[in-house]
Amino acid sequence: MAGPVLSLKGLGKRFGASPVFSGVDLDVASGDRIAIIGASGSGKSTLLRCINFLERPDEGRVILGGEPVGEARQRGGGTEMRYDERALNRLRQRVGMVFQQFNLFPHMTVIANVMEGLVTVKRIARDEARPKALAELARVGLADKAEAYPAHLSGGQKQRVAIARALAMEPEILLFDEPTSALDPALVGEVLNTIQSLAEDGRTMLLVTHEIGFAYHMATRVIFLAEGGIYEQGTPDEVLKAPRRPLTQAFIAGHRRFNF
Amino acid sequence: MYSWNFAPVLANSDLLLAGLWNTLALTFVALAGGLPVGLALALARLSGTRSLSVPAGIVIEVFRTTPPLVQLFWFYFGLPIVLNVEMTPYLAAALTFTIQSGAFFAEIFRAGIVSVDKGQREAARAIGMSSTQTMARIVLPQAVKRMFPAMMERSIELMKTTTLVATVSYADLLYQANELAQKTFRPLEVFTAAALIYFVTISLFSALGALVERRMAASGEMAAR
Amino acid sequence: MAYRWDFAPILDNWQALAAGIAGTLRLFLVCLVLGLGFGLLVALMRIARQRPLRWLAIGFIEFFRNTPVLVQILWFYFALPMLVSVEISPFMAAILGISLNSAAYSAEINRGGIQSIEPGQWEAARSIGMSGFQTLRRIVLPQALRRVLPALTNRGIEIFKMTTLASVVAYVELLHQGKLVASLNFNPLEVYTVVGALFFLILYPLVRATYALERRLARSD
Repeated sequence: MAGPVLSLKGLGKRFGASPVFSGVDLDVASGDRIAIIGASGSGKSTLLRCINFLERPDEGRVILGGEPVGEARQRGGGTEMRYDERALNRLRQRVGMVFQQFNLFPHMTVIANVMEGLVTVKRIARDEARPKALAELARVGLADKAEAYPAHLSGGQKQRVAIARALAMEPEILLFDEPTSALDPALVGEVLNTIQSLAEDGRTMLLVTHEIGFAYHMATRVIFLAEGGIYEQGTPDEVLKAPRRPLTQAFIAGHRRFNF
Repeated sequence: MYSWNFAPVLANSDLLLAGLWNTLALTFVALAGGLPVGLALALARLSGTRSLSVPAGIVIEVFRTTPPLVQLFWFYFGLPIVLNVEMTPYLAAALTFTIQSGAFFAEIFRAGIVSVDKGQREAARAIGMSSTQTMARIVLPQAVKRMFPAMMERSIELMKTTTLVATVSYADLLYQANELAQKTFRPLEVFTAAALIYFVTISLFSALGALVERRMAASGEMAAR
Repeated sequence: MAYRWDFAPILDNWQALAAGIAGTLRLFLVCLVLGLGFGLLVALMRIARQRPLRWLAIGFIEFFRNTPVLVQILWFYFALPMLVSVEISPFMAAILGISLNSAAYSAEINRGGIQSIEPGQWEAARSIGMSGFQTLRRIVLPQALRRVLPALTNRGIEIFKMTTLASVVAYVELLHQGKLVASLNFNPLEVYTVVGALFFLILYPLVRATYALERRLARSD
């Protein structure tokens, strides 16, 4: 069997003096769908953002497709990581991200949003990028909105465009950072359905979410973050239905209103 | 009761128009220079590298805080001594107003750039765009739309400030008016005519700017915000 | 060969420059009071219910904002005496030009501030029986002026910079005195460097204070 697509080794992040998490180890195999849950402030989003280096981890390593990201240098008794800007840009092409606030580019049409990475980053010619972007829009059911501007879309449609924008780069892994938290309850369903269909395609993904019910159905593995690290992990049945440790139990008990 | 007589002004209208032409030329040169200088200063100030941000900050603050006429005198009378070169009124004025408007534009650029939501930058970086691509394709296009009214206002301020070059004998509209007033002994008519020419020109540019602004506000992506 | 800076002649002429600073401050204070005071008046005219008042205010604001202040000063100095047959001193011409110009700008600032106050404030004041004028004076203006304070301080700084234009009509202020010293000692580089530095030293604290005001206002709103 091939090695993990993504590994985190002893990953840690501090904000100022206070650690957010430390010593996080994680192996993600191809086709894994990992739901990351935890109380607010437990560092779920920060962990996700350390994977594509929107936040610089303070310790540990990110290993993508067997290649460690960045170079370790000895300095003053400790090891310091150095990250080359261009290497990070290459990594980000291989790791797609979907944001809580969508972050569509408001000055570009929907199709231009999806084409942007193909044209400016992958240097694909426009007439080649366009059909590809249209295909991704069709996949999320928004081909008819190609020429609209983001301001004219609903929240759910915006998030589906954002998913198409990430998919267009053909990433090996997709990161979802609370993709439905900014949506009206009525619009959550369409976005979850889109993510579900990606899951059925066998895509590798990490999903930070508050939708415990969705996590249960979609994920192959669930990670519960607490006390500055991975507090408990296992299959959805193990973590969400029969948590073993007290903080997980308290957290799940607080979400009883969800039907599994 | 004073009896107005605009005939001498009309007879010499070519002088005033030549002055207006020079005023416009100087304004556009300073604008064409000031915009890139302003952008460079803003990017340097925001760079996070102290060796860039500190000098940029000093240039911006000094040129925004000192009177433009003092700057002009310094460039016209002082700088040639340091550099040991000839200085023409035109060169001194172009240099002064390029840097001076650059300093003001820099603050407009900076404010525009920081007003763009952090998520925009992150989304661009997340699909692998470099920081230069992110700035050029995602941040600046959004910033420029927001900055446009302030830019327009600054450009009109610049046009008014160019009158200062008359004091170093560059033949702009005001200088020509002053010459004509002395020649014709009709300062009231000449200066009134000059003021009206400025008023009409500047009002036209203001109206044009307002029109472009409305057009931009009506264009697709801004409408539903 | 590098130029050798020599500041000694400037120190010898410090009294001339000090007289210049005094002239600058005098002109600045008069223009500040007149400009901002008149600006408030024009702003009130601009939002008055009477149409002639509004039109008068608009005409004034547009004309003085859309012509260069140096043209205004020269007009008052050279042209106005033809019309009114009174002696116009350089000081008077500078005061007229700078004050009226600043009034036009600060009128627009004040108007923006007054119009930024929510209609609910007017309604609440009127509903407890206050007159229109009382509402303006006791409820709207205090809030509006607080909001536009940074913009008005900025205007003040602009007025200070504008005072140098009075040198063009030979009013005795700092730049004019600098010109004099420079022409006597053939040292324009040192003189204009010092004059610029003096303006910076006087104005930069005001600039910082304006930044601080802006930040404080942004936080409290």
